[in-house]
Amino acid sequence: MNTTRRQFLASAAAGSLLLPSCVRRAGKPVPGSLVGPSAETGHRLRVGQFPPPAREEKHAVVIVGGGVAGLAAARKLQQLGCGDFLLLELEPEPGGNSRSGENSVSPYPWGAHYVTLPGEDATEVLELYEELGLITGKNADGLPVYEESALVADPSERLFLNGRWQEDLLPTSGATGLDRGEFERFHTLITHFKAARGNDGARAFTIPVDRSSTDPRFTALDQITARQWLHSENLHSERLHWYLDYVCRDDFGGTIDQVSAWAAVHYFASRNGRAANADPDVVLTWPNGNGWLIGQLREPVAAKIRTRHLAWSVAPNSEGKVQIDAFDFESNQSVRFQANTAIVCTPWFVTRKIVQPLSRNPDFPLEYGPWVSANLTLRELPAGAGFGPAWDNVFYNSRSLGYVVATHQSLAQPKGPTVITWYAALCDGPAAAEREKAAARSHAQWCEIILEDLRRVHPEIDALVRNIDVCVWGHGMIRPVPGVLCHPGRKQMAQPAGAIHFAHSDLSGFSVFEEAYTRGVQAAKAAAHPLAPFSA
Amino acid sequence: MPQPLSERAVRLLLLASVFAIATCGLVYELIAGTLASYLLGDSVTQFSTVIGVYLFAMGIGSWLSKYAERNLLGTFIQVEFLIGLIGGASAALLFTLFGLVDSFRVVLYALVLLVGTLVGIEIPLLLRILKDRIVFKDLVSQVFTFDYIGALLASLLFPLVLVPHLGLVRSSFLFGILNTLVGLVSLWLLRDQIPWARGHQSVGLATLALLAAGFIQSDQILAWSESAQYPDKVIHTRSSAYQRIVITRGQDDLRLYLNGNLQFSRRDEYRYHEALVHPGLSRVPERRRVLVLGGGDGLAVREILKYPDVEEITLVDLDPEITELFTRQDLLAALNGNALRNPKVKIVNADAFTWLKSQTATFDFVVADFPDPSNFSVGKLYTTAFYRELRRVLSPAGAVAIQSTSPYVARQSFWCVVNTLEAVGWIAAPYHVYVPSFGEWGFVLASPGPLPGPPKLPAPLRYLTPETMNALFDFPPDMNAVPTGVNQLNNQVLVRLFEQEWKHFVH
Ligand SMILES: Cc1cc2nc3c(=O)[nH]c(=O)nc-3n(C[C@H](O)[C@H](O)[C@H](O)COP(=O)(O)OP(=O)(O)OC[C@H]3O[C@@H](n4cnc5c(N)ncnc54)[C@H](O)[C@@H]3O)c2cc1C
Repeated sequence: MNTTRRQFLASAAAGSLLLPSCVRRAGKPVPGSLVGPSAETGHRLRVGQFPPPAREEKHAVVIVGGGVAGLAAARKLQQLGCGDFLLLELEPEPGGNSRSGENSVSPYPWGAHYVTLPGEDATEVLELYEELGLITGKNADGLPVYEESALVADPSERLFLNGRWQEDLLPTSGATGLDRGEFERFHTLITHFKAARGNDGARAFTIPVDRSSTDPRFTALDQITARQWLHSENLHSERLHWYLDYVCRDDFGGTIDQVSAWAAVHYFASRNGRAANADPDVVLTWPNGNGWLIGQLREPVAAKIRTRHLAWSVAPNSEGKVQIDAFDFESNQSVRFQANTAIVCTPWFVTRKIVQPLSRNPDFPLEYGPWVSANLTLRELPAGAGFGPAWDNVFYNSRSLGYVVATHQSLAQPKGPTVITWYAALCDGPAAAEREKAAARSHAQWCEIILEDLRRVHPEIDALVRNIDVCVWGHGMIRPVPGVLCHPGRKQMAQPAGAIHFAHSDLSGFSVFEEAYTRGVQAAKAAAHPLAPFSA
Repeated sequence: MPQPLSERAVRLLLLASVFAIATCGLVYELIAGTLASYLLGDSVTQFSTVIGVYLFAMGIGSWLSKYAERNLLGTFIQVEFLIGLIGGASAALLFTLFGLVDSFRVVLYALVLLVGTLVGIEIPLLLRILKDRIVFKDLVSQVFTFDYIGALLASLLFPLVLVPHLGLVRSSFLFGILNTLVGLVSLWLLRDQIPWARGHQSVGLATLALLAAGFIQSDQILAWSESAQYPDKVIHTRSSAYQRIVITRGQDDLRLYLNGNLQFSRRDEYRYHEALVHPGLSRVPERRRVLVLGGGDGLAVREILKYPDVEEITLVDLDPEITELFTRQDLLAALNGNALRNPKVKIVNADAFTWLKSQTATFDFVVADFPDPSNFSVGKLYTTAFYRELRRVLSPAGAVAIQSTSPYVARQSFWCVVNTLEAVGWIAAPYHVYVPSFGEWGFVLASPGPLPGPPKLPAPLRYLTPETMNALFDFPPDMNAVPTGVNQLNNQVLVRLFEQEWKHFVH
């Protein structure tokens, strides 16, 4: 019996392989559009010309910004019984960097697309996952049991290397003995950091980041770049350097030469979560990425969200409370909100413009890496030589981060069309220049860049593409360059200013769900505290 | 008799043929490269080795050209016909042989070598033919100009027009025809300078006829190369949205293949389907509502209908083409005893997992007859997540029967299904049966609680009796239980085991 050949011939006879098919001719524009956070708004904030408030409202708490942090704060306020609050979000939909979309083929993420297993220090997040039914119970050893369909389905990752796909992202296929030796040593170092605790008893690296140890033995790593650290450990393998560079770009939006060594180590060593029914390095994901989490956070508070409201001033009022002025794009009017407390959940580059007076511009650089993501609707999933399609598909030595497959988590048997989300952190040049370049590109130019990258691994991609929507994130992620994460000034940024509280992943110095969520919950507890005898 | 053409016209026509030859030559090379990457994967390697071998072969051809001493024109024309024939049929040949021969690479490179060599002979011969008609410096400049322009044309035509609009097999025949026409036109122009012109002409016309037939019959050639893979006569082929359906008929046999995998043979399918259904269903005390997942051929339904107390059978199969076929096609409907037209049977064409998730009703007995877990998508139907869903729709005294591959060939895979069921709280009773066309085949009977015995089998069955049925649950040492991991969506242990174990049985 010769099953594979027969199967191949069957599929060839059945399908497009050798027969003519409708092919998008090269050179014809790909349908789709440019989407993304409105650039117009940023511009308006800079120019700062808003009409004076036309009317006034009063609420106990006003939340500004409906990303993960803002929604987490809102949900927590609701849980605490503080019902009189409002959330102002400038976009038509809440979600921020975790927003998602959907077309006739599949839901898909626009930005954030997965979370890792929370470790013991992430108590708020663990509690959330229990409430959402993501953690369904505990096993005899007390390890959380996760909802199986939310764990990334096997196979999770593959890498295109030397003309073939290999399983997993560490570039092992064709690696020399020297490379393997260095992979091994790198792994040992990370294992050591994972277990390490500082002189203050705290884990050396953990999430939330502010629960990590401040022991200078570890924080010293924040003074050098990730590459400098590798060299200092006598790790020079090109493959290992590529791998760490990929990780830095993927998680921090910066290269191995831009991101601090502490951040790079933190990425690996802070993953101390465990599960009864999964390997520790497994992630949680959904067809629409973290858009699923957004949907869950938003659901109980949906009625309290005012979208298309741009907050342009947050200031203490004469009674020691807060007044928030926001522009409503619907009515083209400004509205003034009087509140006992406010929780500002906007990115820091916005916060420092709208909150007055704010005497805490930190004395370290706040750098934002621009990103681009694209959702491609394909006639079918391309395979390629070697290991078959996985959830995350990465190309060795590409400047992109590859793509994730939105339909991967689907329980149904695949039937033709799919959506893939392609990502790139734009970090080749200075952030501002990259941001400008990215904003200037047309849809057609982005499509060519994206297809060019994909053609390397899937020469047939042009024939498969039906649509490409592109999203440019001008201020995608705050970048943990050396000196940011372990700077004492960073923790001060999060301190409330009177009745104004702050919550956003920027305050953590890098951008992940857990940081944004924890800050939102903490700020809600603090903001609700003076109002009623709630247990905080 | 027409007047011989002027020298100038002859020269022009010969140069035009350089152009045509160059285009054809490159097209054959691209076809071989593309086919090799389609069939063998790793396009970079395939393309560079095919191009390398092809160019090298052209070198051999150029060198061989010096051995053509007399009758250059005749040789040139013969070479054209040969290239036309071999190059033109190359895609069809490669495609057909891929399924038939063991070392496809040998065939591939042999063919590339042959076509390359013949193409390599062309230009040197033409140069020599033209050398007395054109001044040498003009000759070289003109021939190579046309050669390179032809190559450019081919490399543009190939991806933009040929592959999308004609497909590889047709394109290859088309250029074979063009090559042959070059030969025939040259022959006609210069017939008075060529010995045995008439003979050449008949060869050329025959080649042309063959290639034209190939061009017209491309689809049939593809179909034939498929049917050559099956031992019996193919009587039905169809591609649904999900799979390639092939039905073959031999001496009192009828077989169904999905994506090339045998699903049943009429000779012994009763063994499989009796074993799939009766050990479980005969022991379920209340069996009003039965669910069949997969099994769109209606053969399991046929067995279930032998129990008069079954009131309702829901058959969920992904592929409407299959259930249609086994409802309407007489030969096939006869095989399942018109089971799918029985009023007790409700057919649902849906994805089993998503359908199951949406169900609130319960069933007394469920048959899960899915394809083997040979890929990660099908593997999802054998996971703890799926078995938890099954449990949700099963009545407390019910049972499920699960086809679970061969415990002989894939012992660990088989026991992995058992262990997975047990991991989510099922009581699992594995058993096996010998089906000649499959070999030893395994099933698992699983239930939330102990099943009451003894079974009451419906009469008459062809294979199972109370005695043979008991024997099914015995496992000899070479198929006996082994410890394995538990198959979950996030580890797909089963698919990985299955691939390892079956790889020794297939190429
Ligand atoms: C491309 C990309 C991929 C990512 N992938 C992941 C991932 O896989 N996993 C992960 O954990 N994290 C990922 N992240 C990080 C992601 O940023 C965080 O997970 C999280 O979404 C941050 O939430 P936040 O609330 O801190 O901030 P934001 O998402 O920035 O939310 C701020 C909100 O405030 C609103 N806003 C801004 N200004 C105003 C104003 N003046 N008035 C009213 N509203 C305003 C914004 O519209 C926005 O909704 C990714 C980020 C990007 C850009």
